[in-house]
Amino acid sequence: MATLREVKKRIRTVVSTRRITNAMEKVAAAKLRRAQQKVEETRPYSHMMDQMLSHLAKAATGEIMHPYFDERPVKKRTLVVFASDRGLCGSFNANVIRRASQWLKETDGAVIELVTVGKKANDFFKRRKWPIVANYTDWEGMLSMDKAREIVTMLTERFVSGETDEIVLLFTRFLSTVRYRLVVEGFLPIARPEASEDESGINIDYIFEPSPESIYTSLMPSYATVKMVTALVENFASEHGSRMMAMGNATKNAGEMVENLTLDYNKARQAQITKELLEVVSGAEALRG
Amino acid sequence: MFHLCIVTPERVYCEVEVESLSVPGSEGYMGILSNHAPLITTLQPGHIEYRVADGKVHMLAVSSGFLEVSENRATILADAVENLDEIDVDRAKAALERGEKRLEAARQGDSNIDIARAQAAVARATNRINIFQESH
Repeated sequence: MATLREVKKRIRTVVSTRRITNAMEKVAAAKLRRAQQKVEETRPYSHMMDQMLSHLAKAATGEIMHPYFDERPVKKRTLVVFASDRGLCGSFNANVIRRASQWLKETDGAVIELVTVGKKANDFFKRRKWPIVANYTDWEGMLSMDKAREIVTMLTERFVSGETDEIVLLFTRFLSTVRYRLVVEGFLPIARPEASEDESGINIDYIFEPSPESIYTSLMPSYATVKMVTALVENFASEHGSRMMAMGNATKNAGEMVENLTLDYNKARQAQITKELLEVVSGAEALRG
Repeated sequence: MFHLCIVTPERVYCEVEVESLSVPGSEGYMGILSNHAPLITTLQPGHIEYRVADGKVHMLAVSSGFLEVSENRATILADAVENLDEIDVDRAKAALERGEKRLEAARQGDSNIDIARAQAAVARATNRINIFQESH
């Protein structure tokens, strides 16, 4: 059995670790709340944009042309991997990287390039010498519209200029605090919107200004932006959720450890007292002889 | 009275019942009242004004976006909106300067510059500065 002093020292270490993980859990919980709110706040925009697109599709006559719709033979693919800047969030980054590696292995027949969001994704793929064309880090776990627009501009320019033929996003979708799903979602080209037939006869004659086609043209960049923003906010919510869970577990484990160690400590203390008593008693016995 | 909802990719700016609404449409400013015909239009950089039930008029800067009106619901999908307190003039001025520099470079024959984008940036910045100056 370990000596008293050793056990005492270990208890102190575990207690201070628990204090840290506990604080990190609280911080992650607060950030998760904000991230979750952000997820909620961005949903109406994408929902309403879908609605508007469907109304437009009904009204627009003839083929709608836009560079973002251009489906061509895929010679070059771009994968955008979303991970976090910081670690200590359980298996969050490991899962993203495993899924991305699997995707990279399965996808052949095209030259592949990567765009990384988050330091952890960049570190991993850079070490393995994948061609990374752009890298966006230092998000502080929060959405920045300026950065989101920067990514969209970069990606759309690459697509339109023909430097890549398909862009795919790989990110973690936030389902609930304990459920996440890794998704691979096409970013460009965008599928041509179709008029939804289910709406109860909303076939109103819209006035379009200036024309359905030109509204389309200006809608597409916003559509791309909202897709990117959605991926980003879901990614951040998942990151904070994973960290909260990981830190919560760590705190709980540390608690159990302290309990066991305290038990060990008391046992050791008792053993020592017994030993000392025995020594005194046997010493006295010997003297009496 | 009709329902107005202004959303940006980042947030729902507001959701209110309004008496009237004025927006910078693609062909110029237009006013919307109750029972307006169904309409979809693009928005230019400019200011949105709406009057709520108690007669108070709210004004905000919009950079670009879309407006849909149908069945007494007006929906504005904007890239960015700012009310008068939110406009960051220094940032707008910096953006204006940057945009003008790029346009100047393009005029000198620099073919790397996306003129349409630079012009749009200048328009957005000018709009923010104008609205800010009008209100202060």
